[in-house]
Amino acid sequence: MIGDFFILALKNLRRRKLRSWLTVLGIFIGITAVVTLISLSQGMRDSINEQFEKIGKSRIMIVPGGAFFGPMSSSASVDTLSEREAELVNKIHGIELASGIISDTGVIEYKDELESFSVWGMHTDSERTKYYKSIGLLDIGKGREFKASDNHKAIIGHKIAYETYEEDIHVGNKITINGIDFNVIGIQNEIGTGMHDSLIRIPIESARELFEKPNNIDVIIAKVADGENIDDVIDEIEKVLRKYRDVDEGEEDFSVQSSAQTIEQLNGILAMVQGVLVGIAAISLLVGGIGIMNTMYTSVLERRKEIGIIKSVGARNSYVSLLFLIESGMLGTVGGIIGLLLGYGFSKVAQLAASMFDVSLVPSFGFSLILGALLFSFLIGAMSGLLPARQAAKLQPVDALRKKR
Amino acid sequence: MKSSKKSKSNNIAIKLTNVWKIYKMGEVEVPALRGLSLEIKKGEFVSIMGPSGSGKSTSMNLVGCLDIPTKGQVYLSHKNIASMTESNLAQIRGKKIGFIFQQFNLINTLSALENVTLPMIFQKVPQINRDHRATKLLKMVKLGHRIYHRPSEMSGGEQQRVAIARALANDPDIILADEPTGNLDSKTGQEVMKILTDLNRLEGKTIIIVTHDEEVGRCADRMAILKDGQILEIQNLKNKHKKCGIGKKQTKQQTTKLIKKKEIKKQSNKK
Repeated sequence: MIGDFFILALKNLRRRKLRSWLTVLGIFIGITAVVTLISLSQGMRDSINEQFEKIGKSRIMIVPGGAFFGPMSSSASVDTLSEREAELVNKIHGIELASGIISDTGVIEYKDELESFSVWGMHTDSERTKYYKSIGLLDIGKGREFKASDNHKAIIGHKIAYETYEEDIHVGNKITINGIDFNVIGIQNEIGTGMHDSLIRIPIESARELFEKPNNIDVIIAKVADGENIDDVIDEIEKVLRKYRDVDEGEEDFSVQSSAQTIEQLNGILAMVQGVLVGIAAISLLVGGIGIMNTMYTSVLERRKEIGIIKSVGARNSYVSLLFLIESGMLGTVGGIIGLLLGYGFSKVAQLAASMFDVSLVPSFGFSLILGALLFSFLIGAMSGLLPARQAAKLQPVDALRKKR
Repeated sequence: MKSSKKSKSNNIAIKLTNVWKIYKMGEVEVPALRGLSLEIKKGEFVSIMGPSGSGKSTSMNLVGCLDIPTKGQVYLSHKNIASMTESNLAQIRGKKIGFIFQQFNLINTLSALENVTLPMIFQKVPQINRDHRATKLLKMVKLGHRIYHRPSEMSGGEQQRVAIARALANDPDIILADEPTGNLDSKTGQEVMKILTDLNRLEGKTIIIVTHDEEVGRCADRMAILKDGQILEIQNLKNKHKKCGIGKKQTKQQTTKLIKKKEIKKQSNKK
């Protein structure tokens, strides 16, 4: 019987095509917006998670200044860290290895072309090279790794080598960083993120000379030993560094963060942004729902006589309201299907547009998003039809039949 | 031929006892029926005549479970409709009663076949059986060649025949026809009346017909004449020579004239 009701509902919708489409429009604009935003932000989250997955959750970064993403973050801070602190952290129980890195920006010249990139000065002993590799900081595609004796040698990111200069840079080529000559000994594999593919790695001694940082370091990267509690280790690092830097708890001029924390923070921010955007898009869904309600009320008024007829041939109140609910649910679901398809299209366009600006943004279309969007749009439709359907069902057959068309 | 009291009461299809129906128009109460009592036997053909506002259609709506009385009882197969739930009433409308209206009341978006299958959908008849029966019924009313046409593509007579087929969809015991010939020319009207009388005579359906047209009314076994919500007179036509011609169409004025004639006769009888 339900199947017959669907056919009846479909016929009713088709007889007032324009109005049905206009009503559906209200829903699919909302669903399109929601689907596009969710798929893009979910894609963004996925790619961040994937990157951190490569790095590993046991990585800890210590930077001078306030929190990573706080208002005081980034280069505004003049604080630095020292090699002594890196050694102290290295000695902490639960730390497998800690190593300081110099991080700065350099102007790289190749065949008379100038571009600026991030430059990292890294220790070159074999123990630390192995460590860097284990946490994803080194992944040589061509050429070789650093040797302890290397000086004025560079390992460059994939993007710098192949996508920046008119002529590709190859192993063995010469580049200058801030006017000083370096030999390219290795080219990194493509990681897929702007940060790693556009990074130049040089021996830390060369970096000290280049950036005039005789004893400072900018970042300490540490790895927590397997089986250790990351939070406990972080607490211990904070305690040691507070003591060394002579600052009270809560007034730290450095910050310690594990990759797990970073990923949580990033995900939190993304979830918030996603929530706000989806919330705004949901307003249009609400308006679409009111549109369905309006259409259904009009439909009940127009079809009073028809309601009287079907009641006179034996339709119960519940059948009449079911008929109207299916109709409004169908309006919602059709809106949902179109919205889903358009949302898919829009997010693919966004992906394409982002790739033109060298940003990797892969929208994520999970099963739950597809099912959720369809279910949600059906529910909006059915709920908007609830009151009109009740009104239709409550009509007395004799009153409904009396009404002239 | 004598019959016991029990079997006699079993033979009653519809019974109205002191039925009142009062409509509220704002502050004013307007009685449409005032203590109407009537018994209709199974297989009987009864016509209800009367001028506009006499309560014909109201009594028909009550019998058809489209409305419930303000006072008094309406019994359908010995069940009081006032005590039934909404879904029971719907069930009775769908299964026991077939309606035929003056305005045909077909659903315009559906084909003739679909209109006829509609009552069967609500009785959960499987689709194959539905289509089979609807086709058979449409063939019976000589519309076998029009089953996929919509009401808007049909003449009035054809639409009314579709409505008759629809009324028969669930094989009801009772057929209620409210001015079935009211919107038809006399020839088509005759055809429709022929189908109804055949249904009564050949299939034993109980038929109640509300009409202005005395000729149409005379097709019945009994004719109840209503005025001001009460029965003025019941004429037994069964043994009379039936003139079910519907030759000329009776106007409302003519019906009023007829009523006046009956009233004068009734009053003189009283004296």
